[in-house]
Amino acid sequence: MSAVLQEAAEGFSARFRKLAPRLPGPAEARLRAASSFRARGFPDTRDEAFRFTNLRPLADLSFAEPDGADEAALALLARVPASEWPCLVFANGRFRAERSRLPDDYHVAAFADEPVLDSIEAEESAPLTALNTMLAEDGGVISVPAGADAGTLVLVSLGAGEDGRAVDFHPRHRVILAAGARLALIEIVLGEGVYLHNPVMEASLGAGARLMHVKLQNESARAFHLSSLHVALDARAAYEGFSLICGARLARSEIHADIKGTGASLAMNVAQLLDGERHADTTAFVRHLAPGCSSRQAVKNVITGRAQGVFQGKIAVARVAQKTDGYQMNQALLLSDEAQVNSKPELEIFADDVKCSHGATVGALDPEQLFYLRSRGVPGDEARAILVRAFLAEMLETVPHEWGRSVLENAVDTWWKDRPL
Amino acid sequence: MALLEIEGLRAEVEGKEILRGIDLILPIGEVHAIMGPNGSGKSTLAYVLSGREGYRVTGGAVRFEGRDLLAMEPEERAASGLFLAFQYPVELPGVGNANFLRTALNAVRRARGEKEIDAVNFLKEARAALRRLSMADEMLKRNVNVGFSGGEKKRNEVFQMALLKPRLAILDETDSGLDIDALKIVADGVNALRGKDFSALVITHYQRLLDHIVPDRVHVLSAGRIVRSGGPELAKALEASGYAGLAAEAA
Repeated sequence: MSAVLQEAAEGFSARFRKLAPRLPGPAEARLRAASSFRARGFPDTRDEAFRFTNLRPLADLSFAEPDGADEAALALLARVPASEWPCLVFANGRFRAERSRLPDDYHVAAFADEPVLDSIEAEESAPLTALNTMLAEDGGVISVPAGADAGTLVLVSLGAGEDGRAVDFHPRHRVILAAGARLALIEIVLGEGVYLHNPVMEASLGAGARLMHVKLQNESARAFHLSSLHVALDARAAYEGFSLICGARLARSEIHADIKGTGASLAMNVAQLLDGERHADTTAFVRHLAPGCSSRQAVKNVITGRAQGVFQGKIAVARVAQKTDGYQMNQALLLSDEAQVNSKPELEIFADDVKCSHGATVGALDPEQLFYLRSRGVPGDEARAILVRAFLAEMLETVPHEWGRSVLENAVDTWWKDRPL
Repeated sequence: MALLEIEGLRAEVEGKEILRGIDLILPIGEVHAIMGPNGSGKSTLAYVLSGREGYRVTGGAVRFEGRDLLAMEPEERAASGLFLAFQYPVELPGVGNANFLRTALNAVRRARGEKEIDAVNFLKEARAALRRLSMADEMLKRNVNVGFSGGEKKRNEVFQMALLKPRLAILDETDSGLDIDALKIVADGVNALRGKDFSALVITHYQRLLDHIVPDRVHVLSAGRIVRSGGPELAKALEASGYAGLAAEAA
């Protein structure tokens, strides 16, 4: 690790030593994470998993705890589309019960009241998760009983720097679906100003459970978003994710999936829509540990300005995981000369009867299509917007949740209005 | 009065001169055919008139209703009433036909200072136009030209033309690849628009389309110049003698 990043990491370790007495939950798990984070710190670009994403800008800032009022963050609620669903609101990482609406037919609690920390085994290879485990103070615990259909739950995370101060927060969410349970989780992440948002979500899907996860991440061009999703699937369980990532100064979204039961499936559909100096990185680690499972990651990047998009996906297929069906695709539309995309698929296969494929495409807008639209009277800017929207259509139109789809579609439409191409 | 006046138009593609001085006057309300062998510059003329990139005008002028057409962006040309029916209509995956058409119609209306059309009235108009063209409503739900057969693509062009109601349509080999039924539909679509507010340049290689869209005049293009002009009988004569004889005659 580089010296400056080491110094930055040391700042967080020192914070942990100061806060340790007040942090909820088992001290042992905290100490283990702290020692793991101290050993690894913030990875630099010599670390293969961070080859395309340099955390170095983190070291230029000094972060502090939010003051607890979180007014600037709460003000962002005005930008969250209204809905009737149960809704959990977090401002700078803290659960705001007074702004939330709890469901009455299944269990939801604050992490502070049910601080389970020891369910992740991947910390050794996931330093950002270790940082979260070390400092997590709040989050949501959502638990759906066997066979129940919980309908839709909205999870809102708002972040904002305070009076020129950079703040950091590390919420810890858990989603537990017992056998046969179902949930549609719509996550909306918005932010303003300078801050570090380092959430971890653990999702545990029992046999035959289904989690639909729609996520809009649209944070400030000066913020850091380092999120990790750890999902474990039992037999026939299904995780279906749809993410629209508008990024931050630096947004890293890690997905760690353990496919543990026969016949389970994991699908991630991601769109990264980036402008200016933004950098967004989606990195997936998928472990196939049982036979007859499928995993799919399809990432679409639309990049303009000097922004950078990254997709890395590692699929590891254990010897026992015969008949695995793995698929990865990374497509990019580069709208400016300086826009950049990096792609790295990785396969590690120990079974001998599997189907794994990956691909990548990079291109600009097609001049023939542009001319066709303009010849029908559509002005150049509008024609470009239509074609970009069409590129994203495959991802947007397949979102099976109507309201969730409209949240993502509106975000894309607003993105245009603010940024004529 | 002339709707379109082309005067000594010269244009090149990748440094190669394709149009070598075209003179043509299209009066309001008339339909003219432009015929000629492959490589004579027919499609280049269509693209230069509609403003496609990659074509460099090196001389001459084009006036459309008295305005300098060549100075306008492609979308401005469309808004002022020019429509190109493409020889090879472009596929737009992810763009629904209905949405595409309404966007186009409203862009043109906006540019003309007219009110935009709402979704309900648009669908009414679109369905009526489809019926007139013996086309299925299902056309509206599909992505623009994606998975369309050659004939469907050409019919979709005529459908767009019917909705956008141009003052000048340029049909670039709209008959190529069409069977006789589709050819009739296309011709009916054009004939339905004929009148004092509609003019067309029908670019074709073959005479057969002109049996259905009877032109007021026929121009023969060869090596980037109009070498002969005449009435509809000229097309018939060409059908009999072929372009080869004509080129020899012109030389």
